[in-house]
Amino acid sequence: MSNSILQVENLVKHYGNVEAVRGVSFTVEEGEVFGLLGPNGAGKTSTVEILEGLRAPDSGRVSVCGLDPQRSPEKLKHEIGAALQSTSLPDKLRVMEALKLFSSFYKRHRDPEELLKRFGLVEKRNAFYKELSGGQKQRLALAMALVNDPQVLFFDEPTSGLDPQVRREIYDIVEELKREKKTIVMTTHYIEEAERLCDRVAIIDHGQVIALGSPRELKERSGDKTRVEVRLTRPELPEQLKNLDGVTDCRELNGTYILHAQRPPQAIVSLVKHLEAQGNELLGLEILTPSLEDVFIELTGRRLRD
Amino acid sequence: MTNFLTLTRMRLQLTLRNRMFLFFSVIMPFAFFFLYAGVFAKGNPRGVRYLLGPIIALTVMGSFWGLSAALVMFREQGILRRFHVTPVTASDMLASSIVANFILTLPTIIVELLFARFIFHVKDFGDVSTSFVLIALGTMSFASLGLVVASVTNTMQETQVINQLIWLPLIFLSGATIPLADLPQVVQRVGLFLPATYLVTELQDAIYWSAALWNRDVLIALASLALWACLTFFLSAQLFRWEPESKIPRRAKLLVAATALPFVLLGIWENNSSRTVAKAKAMAESVNAPAAPNDPPKQAP
Repeated sequence: MSNSILQVENLVKHYGNVEAVRGVSFTVEEGEVFGLLGPNGAGKTSTVEILEGLRAPDSGRVSVCGLDPQRSPEKLKHEIGAALQSTSLPDKLRVMEALKLFSSFYKRHRDPEELLKRFGLVEKRNAFYKELSGGQKQRLALAMALVNDPQVLFFDEPTSGLDPQVRREIYDIVEELKREKKTIVMTTHYIEEAERLCDRVAIIDHGQVIALGSPRELKERSGDKTRVEVRLTRPELPEQLKNLDGVTDCRELNGTYILHAQRPPQAIVSLVKHLEAQGNELLGLEILTPSLEDVFIELTGRRLRD
Repeated sequence: MTNFLTLTRMRLQLTLRNRMFLFFSVIMPFAFFFLYAGVFAKGNPRGVRYLLGPIIALTVMGSFWGLSAALVMFREQGILRRFHVTPVTASDMLASSIVANFILTLPTIIVELLFARFIFHVKDFGDVSTSFVLIALGTMSFASLGLVVASVTNTMQETQVINQLIWLPLIFLSGATIPLADLPQVVQRVGLFLPATYLVTELQDAIYWSAALWNRDVLIALASLALWACLTFFLSAQLFRWEPESKIPRRAKLLVAATALPFVLLGIWENNSSRTVAKAKAMAESVNAPAAPNDPPKQAP
């Protein structure tokens, strides 16, 4: 194995007859934000919980910060920080008390005052946990993940169930951590989150990694899905446009011609030349690059949130 | 060790902020106290001294109730999950519950004793060191029982049902509500298998008859409670579940039955010797015998 900070090899996990994780492998490098993207029930949370030492795998090899989560759970817990899915704190625990309490469990500490400031919780320091809004609770969860200044952070669905504005706040926090070169493993079923935050993404479906790479790489692999949508002064025959250099397919929808392009630049040049020759003119042109959603649909034939 | 201490502090803080705690750990025990002292003992200092055993035993035994509920709630709400990703261990979590509970029970008992002294003029509390050891060990062992209940039940409703099923025999068959001496013989025989019976009788023995710590019956009761506490604590640490969705393995139920062993053995032995029942009867007769309110109680020969 390489010197990656996190290594997963052929991970398998069953729950009764259900195979939640079926041979997942990936590595995460130091300072990288790594995303596990997939629909609910794809095996993302199970994978992350095995990495955190919360669950035992049925087979496969895992190493986090050079430690086996099953053999050295105590040591590992000092090195990682986590914001879990579906977790909570006692209703009547105050924000500052929670930070101090959790920081007391570790050998390394970060100043709770600094965390309060950084996560915008200074005014809420004496508030009970139950009095916090959803966004504040999530910010506290992220702050608590940092109390031990961990080497690796795990964020399981960090923005799930939050409204768009709060979600953007969380993105800002993750981006800041990214600038500090923190290693982060996050799960999500939001495409935009993976595209915006992650250096690399593993797309997981039915317990298997079906694609792995940077968001750009994944989209480039799905290059022929780039769409060029044009509106023209005079109608053209879609069959003729389809034969242009760089174009793989064309159809017409309410006066808009949708060209599928494997090599979009060539397709546009040949389109413009063709129109000039025909004495036709462009009224509008739009290039739609594929999203990770398109990649997911292409690989699985389903939408991510089906 | 520090994890255990900080968790204990958290449990103390949280419990003191909980209104239910105020009701179950302060108002209820005091209501029982005044019912027993004022109504059953009719305010007679000797009668109050005699009933302090059952009163304190009720306060001590109440431990298991709140403890199991708190732990199951923590698990159901996913709070334990959050602690699971930290270096905190199951033993830290459980031991902090027990110690916090002990620290919270002690003031209630002290106030009960102060009420007895200043409202009901009880001048002599028998052997205080024996009482203290019985109270300490009793609180910890009944708290451990609460931990076992928490570890074998999955939901709050289940916990409450099991708690009721345990609580009723504990208070009605042990002499804590109806004196052991007044119970029908069959019920007495069943009562001899309950830890509560020995806690009530030996507390009474310590407070009313000033039984010393090295008294044979006291030592037997303490040893049985200690063994029981160790078994239940060990089992609850083994069965501890952090995740709301993880279920108890079937073999666990057999192990739970095994924790009853010390009191099954003591029950069999006591059913043959009848020492505890005889002592309870002698104490009851002594309190009913005519004497001045603060005369020293008549000891059995």
